[in-house]
Amino acid sequence: SGAGGGNDIQWCFSQVKGAVDDDVAEADIISTVEFNHSGELLATGDKGGRVVIFQQEQENKTQSHSRGEYNVYSTFQSHEPEFDYLKSLEIEEKINKIRWLPQKNAAQFLLSTNDKTIKLWKISERDKRPEGYNLKEEDGRYRDPTTVTTLRVPVFRPMDLMVEASPRRIFANAHTYHINSISINSDYETYLSADDLRINLWHLEITDRSFNIVDIKPANMEELTEVITAAEFHPNSCNTFVYSSSKGTIRLCDMRASALCDRHSKLFEEPEDPSNRSFFSEIISSISDVKFSHSGRYMMTRDYLSVKIWDLNMENRPVETYQVHEYLRSKLCSLYENDCIFDKFECCWNGSDSIVMTGSYNNFFRMFDRNTKRDITLEASRENNKPRTVLKPRKVCASGKRKKDEISVDSLDFNKKILHTAWHPKENIIAVATTNNLYIFQDKMN
Amino acid sequence: QDMQEKETISPERAEEAKLKAKYPNLGQKPGGSDFLMKRLQKGQKYFDSGDYNMAKAKMKNKQLPSAGPDKNLVTGDHIPTPQDLPQRKSSLVTSKLAG
Repeated sequence: SGAGGGNDIQWCFSQVKGAVDDDVAEADIISTVEFNHSGELLATGDKGGRVVIFQQEQENKTQSHSRGEYNVYSTFQSHEPEFDYLKSLEIEEKINKIRWLPQKNAAQFLLSTNDKTIKLWKISERDKRPEGYNLKEEDGRYRDPTTVTTLRVPVFRPMDLMVEASPRRIFANAHTYHINSISINSDYETYLSADDLRINLWHLEITDRSFNIVDIKPANMEELTEVITAAEFHPNSCNTFVYSSSKGTIRLCDMRASALCDRHSKLFEEPEDPSNRSFFSEIISSISDVKFSHSGRYMMTRDYLSVKIWDLNMENRPVETYQVHEYLRSKLCSLYENDCIFDKFECCWNGSDSIVMTGSYNNFFRMFDRNTKRDITLEASRENNKPRTVLKPRKVCASGKRKKDEISVDSLDFNKKILHTAWHPKENIIAVATTNNLYIFQDKMN
Repeated sequence: QDMQEKETISPERAEEAKLKAKYPNLGQKPGGSDFLMKRLQKGQKYFDSGDYNMAKAKMKNKQLPSAGPDKNLVTGDHIPTPQDLPQRKSSLVTSKLAG
């Protein structure tokens, strides 16, 4: 695998957000990253239930060699820790997913969810305020009515920009198990939320009702063999959605077929070689993320060791498979012991669906160019990161003689995992989350 | 031919053998269902006096079970005891990403 990855994109460090210190507070662990539909806004959610939204600065015409930087636009506490008294269980405030609604008016809307509750947030700007009240001073105190001798019309005057976030809808009490996915329908009116065993359909305006569209809970819980790991609506067909499982299967469902979509329309599964089956087979086949391509023709799944591209017209095997870190196959025993084997990596497409990206360990992340079949490994690190300096590709040495500049598998830091990455919908700008830092990389512009 | 078979053992099978050597009591079922149940019950459990007393009544004269190394199991049989209470969460502050 040579340098490149998509017509030889030259990735450069742009920005890094977050604390420098090594002692990471649990609340600061980033749990989700998502660009909005225009790419102007970038949202992050963390384990402490907070959302931080960055906004891209308008392009500076004099500095044509760099795209706008992302600066803090708004930050708010989306979810707080709750307590389920019946089960003596704490409900984590960790934000599992954020999904943006397409912009309809001046305000921005996003859905954020923790394990149990989904919230619709409105983010609006205020850059004017009324001045010149008759009965009030500018600071709000009431004027002495006897001093009012003339009548005037208050006018709006500019003020420093204020960005306000307010919760507009709270969708609660519909999930017994832990929510892993939310996905907005292409009708922009409904959305789905999925937990380990069920998927619910909501209308964005209605919070007291939700339709159950998938239920895989067995009558006897001892018969449980698989759980739902991710779900997503098709980008164009408002009747179609997919959900992935812990057994490595993906089911495509059509909501026109029946009210309860327990019977799939399509089942995507790659046949397994039974002679290769081991204790680890099922665990590493568990799909941690599923994403449709922008075109809607393909979908991508991420399991522990690979990324697979599926053609919706072909159920019996993926059309492309990319190995993310195959060298870990001979480390499964220790990865099981330290629980890393259960890490849930996400994956994403670039805007034109020609490149896919996913994270790995040691703060490495990988990109696969579907056209050139080249791949690249890069590192998110504060060292050696100067703006407009092209990132150096990394290489892991699986065994044998380690070449200069290669890193051996045993030297990888398994605590430095990149689980969440996002690609700008239109440009070659990517957001990569390490444990508690957010990196932004850009294509070097000539 | 024995030698050949040994050489061609898949890395996954070799890792499985390593694991079984370390943990001979590892369940015969494939590495799936135990994790599924654990996953469904994920969440910080707290001391529940109701569960505690029910378990005490069930056990009668036997030793009351403590949470043990695996604090994730369902209450009733294995429950956190007052000594196992987790630390209090710190106050809500602004994210360092916004700093």
